[in-house]
Order: sequence, then C-alpha cells, then structure tokens
Amino acid sequence: MAESDSKRIRRIILEQAKRANVGHIGSALSVADIVAAIYGDLLRANGPKDPERDRFVLSKGHAALAVHAALHLKGWLSREELNTYCTDSSFLAVHPEYGLPGVDFATGSLGHGLSLAAGAALAARMQQSPRRALALLSDAECNEGSIWEAVMFAAHHRLANLVVFVDLNGQQALGYTEQVLSLKPLAGRWRAFGWDVHEVDGHDVAAMRDTVGRLNTSVGPPHVLIAHTVFGKGVSYMEGQIKWHYWPMSEAEYQQALEEIEAAP
Amino acid sequence: MRFAIVQTLTELASRDSRIMLLTGDLGYMALEAFADKHPARFLNVGVAEQNMVGVATGLAEAGFIPFVYSIVPFAALRPYEFIRNGPIQHQLPVRIVGVGGGMEYGLNGLSHYGLEDIAVMRAQPGIKVIAPADHQQARNALLATWNLPGPIYYRIGKDDKTVVAGLDGRFELGGAQQLRDGNDVVIIAMGSVATEAAAAAGELAKQGISSCVLVVASITPAPVDDLVRVLSRYPLAITVEAHYLSGGLGSLVAEVAAERRLPCRLARVAVKTPVTGLCGSQSYLYHKYGLSCDALVKTVQQELSGAGR
Repeated sequence: MAESDSKRIRRIILEQAKRANVGHIGSALSVADIVAAIYGDLLRANGPKDPERDRFVLSKGHAALAVHAALHLKGWLSREELNTYCTDSSFLAVHPEYGLPGVDFATGSLGHGLSLAAGAALAARMQQSPRRALALLSDAECNEGSIWEAVMFAAHHRLANLVVFVDLNGQQALGYTEQVLSLKPLAGRWRAFGWDVHEVDGHDVAAMRDTVGRLNTSVGPPHVLIAHTVFGKGVSYMEGQIKWHYWPMSEAEYQQALEEIEAAP
Repeated sequence: MRFAIVQTLTELASRDSRIMLLTGDLGYMALEAFADKHPARFLNVGVAEQNMVGVATGLAEAGFIPFVYSIVPFAALRPYEFIRNGPIQHQLPVRIVGVGGGMEYGLNGLSHYGLEDIAVMRAQPGIKVIAPADHQQARNALLATWNLPGPIYYRIGKDDKTVVAGLDGRFELGGAQQLRDGNDVVIIAMGSVATEAAAAAGELAKQGISSCVLVVASITPAPVDDLVRVLSRYPLAITVEAHYLSGGLGSLVAEVAAERRLPCRLARVAVKTPVTGLCGSQSYLYHKYGLSCDALVKTVQQELSGAGR
C-alpha cells in the first residue's frame, strides 16, 4: 500500500456503503488517512496469520469499512470478498468480526479495544517479542470509564510497544463532543496519565508515519497520537455534519461524493 | 476452595509457562502462594475488572492461559460484557474465577453476594461453567479443565476445610456425583450449600425418608444423562442452590425434565425474595432463605406430604 491509498480507501468506503445502503460513512472517512498510515507502513506483518505480526485493534469498530478497504488494498481480502460487505453469511459486517483474516479482535462495543491492545502489548513483552500493538480509538469513546482503566494500566506497566491513535473529530452519534461530554483538554488528560502524547494532523499520512517512526517502542511510556481530523473528510456535505454518522447516501449524494473524492489531490 | 485452587494453579504453573494469574486487587492471604512462586506471571491490575478481562483477552490471543480472580460479582457481573465480547466471542482460554458463590461474604452485604452469576454465565453458549462443592472437588475440577480450549467460569467458595461427605473430591465434566442412594426423593445441589443438602439427607434418614443426593458441579456442559437418570427414577426432585431462583441449577433441572418429558415433580430451593439490607453470617442467611439443613428437612417433608404443591 502507498500513501495515495487514502484516496482508494475513501473510494471503496463510498462504493461499499452505497451498495449496502448503510451508514457510518462519516466515521470511516474520518479515519481513512490514519488507516492508510497504519496499513501502509506501521503495521509489521508477514500476512494476517503471521504469529509475530503486530496486532491492531479498531476500537471504534463502527469505522470497520475503512479497515475492510485497507485489508483489500493490502492484498489480504479479495475484491469478491470485499463485495460481500453487509450481505448474508459475510464476515464483513458494520463492525469488525473475528474470523475475517486481518481482524485480530472483533469490536463494536466502545471502550473495549484499548484493554485488548494493552494485553497484546504486555504479551509481546512477556514473550520477549518485538511485536507492537496498535489501536485506533474514537474521541467520544473516551467517554467510557474502561478506556481510562486501560490508560492507567498501560502507563503503569510502561507498555512502550503500545501505539494508540485517537480520532479527534469532535463529533459523536447525537452531537458534538463539546456539547455532549467535554473531552478538553484531551491531549492534556492523556499526558496527565503518563503517556507520551503527540498531536498530529490525522489527514497527513506522511506526518503520522514519521511521528510513529520516531517513537521509542522498546522502552518507556506508551504512546498516543491525538489525530486532529474532520468528520466525513473529503465529502463537502458530510464534513462536520452529525447526520452522516448514521445516514446512507442517495444516488445523487453518492455521485457528488465520488466526484469530490476523485477531484481531491 | 480458594487455597485449593491457588495451590493447584501454582503447581500447574510450574509445569506450564502459559498460566498467569491476574487479580483485581483482591485475594489477600489467598494468592500469595502463586505470587511468591511465579512473580513474573502474577499481576495485580488494580481495582479495574473490565480492564482485567480485556487485558486477559489480549494475553490469551497471544498464547497465555490467564486466570482472572475476584469476588463473584466483580469477576462475573462488572466485566460481563467484556467476557462476552472477549474470551467468549473469540473462544480464548481466559479463566474467570469468582470467589464467594452465594452468600459466603454474608457480613459484607448484597454487593458481595453471588446470586445470579450462574444464570448469566449459563446464558452464554460459549463458556464452560464449573461450581465445585468443596475444596477437594475444586482441585480435581481445575486439574480436569484448566487446559481445555475456550473460556471457563469457576464459581468457588472460601471454605477450605469442610468436605461434602461422600463426594471424595470426585468431578467429571458433563457428569454429576451421587453422594448417597435412596428411594423417596432426589436432592440435587450445587456449590458449597451441598453440605447442607447432605446433612438434610442424613436427618431425613433418621425419620425414615430415604434420599438420593446428587451434586452438580459441571453446570455447562450440563450432566444431562445423570439428571435424566435420577429424574426418571424419583417422583420428586428438590434442587438446592445459593443463587436466585431463575437461571441457576433449578432452572437447568427444569429444562431437562421438560425437554425429556420426565414425570418428576420439581421443587426449587433458592433465594426467592429480594435480598434485604440485613447482613449476617452465611449460616444465618442460609436459615433466612431456606437453605439450611433444618429448612431443607422441612421442605422435603412438606413436598412429600403434598403440602408444598
């Protein structure tokens, strides 16, 4: 996968969401560049079943379509399989399902994934393996108390091989995070809990890759990239709009979205 | 049972480096044997049971066999969804150990009682559920099951002295253990309250009532064949459990009886009313909720005379 695969991920998100007539489009577009960075460079794996692969947890499971797209571009998922998204007897659901090669952990219940990733990171250290654990959280997911249990645990045990992305798009299902339950200062909160915190542009794949490349994932505290993103990034009428958490696209909306994605650099 | 489980686990961990023990900051004067022998594989995660189960799931995916330990409601109820979406969904060998089944933490109040753990665990098809009746059976249950694929819930007691007469530590996955044979009634018990059931059978014998007593420690998989055998033979079965009425042993026996069209009448002895704020010793609470030997004797007499119908 190359950096330009952000665009291909967005195209697949739109195609599959339209074909299946499902929502969660804005959330998937929000993380398309983070997912491109993770699957393009950061996740070290000789195939989805390599026992020494880095582990990845999509803790914001409702953005699974972005990951399905990346798995396809990575060559781990065929076009035929991808086209079963949200059809009967498919492992490609709205949330990541265990059993699909490339999905290390099924998610969908917010607040679950960081503990899983912390366990994966601790296991690697106990087994003296260079494996890392990566996790992608939503910002509103940090409403869950269990996230902070895992934040404390990872910092206390200095899980340097744990790298977390928080998709800070400022939105949640029914409103803006500042109106629902304020997270400010999000970076400050993670820093106060003892994490190595980096604020990044969540749409700059090269910057995220470079930031992670400079992390000490052998010794020291766990790492979090607070990734500033735009919900629905790349489709003008979705950007920053609450409606596109759940809403599916009409035919006209779909065509406009495709045109905008293709016209983007 | 705590010491039996921890001692046995400590021995197993010497043989198998995959075994870990995680606690949610509970087990003072209970877990030290393991912690001293295997410090690198003992982890107090703090008072954070959801994270404990989540971390254990991540460890199990990488090849470990993590045992997570807490008092029943904190082990089984607080992190229940993490158990469901973690080790059960992924079929990973996480072992949930809940101590204090029933009302063993009597003086601590309802927050510490384990009265619906069997019901909620039994509802999940992907987890084995084991509830030993004494420390000897707990040891053998652990030896028989620790290495099985998929998750397991162990509901254990605090008592490491009392033994259930006639049980002799026997355990069989998917089987039940008969303590004594009789002609008039079968008493089926789960967990450490089996001592009350066995004592009640002794008292009933003095009054000329002859009881068969069966201990069920393997809840899932259920001992269906053994239950069918006794339910086919006796006109009356009494189930005894330190658990709420719905979803536990009595429900399991009722399901087997109905599905197999067995004509046996069933009386379920369990905690039937909301637990009040009154605390007390386990023996006081057994008496209050009809689980004591004396109360069980009366219940059997009434049921046999038809008064309980």
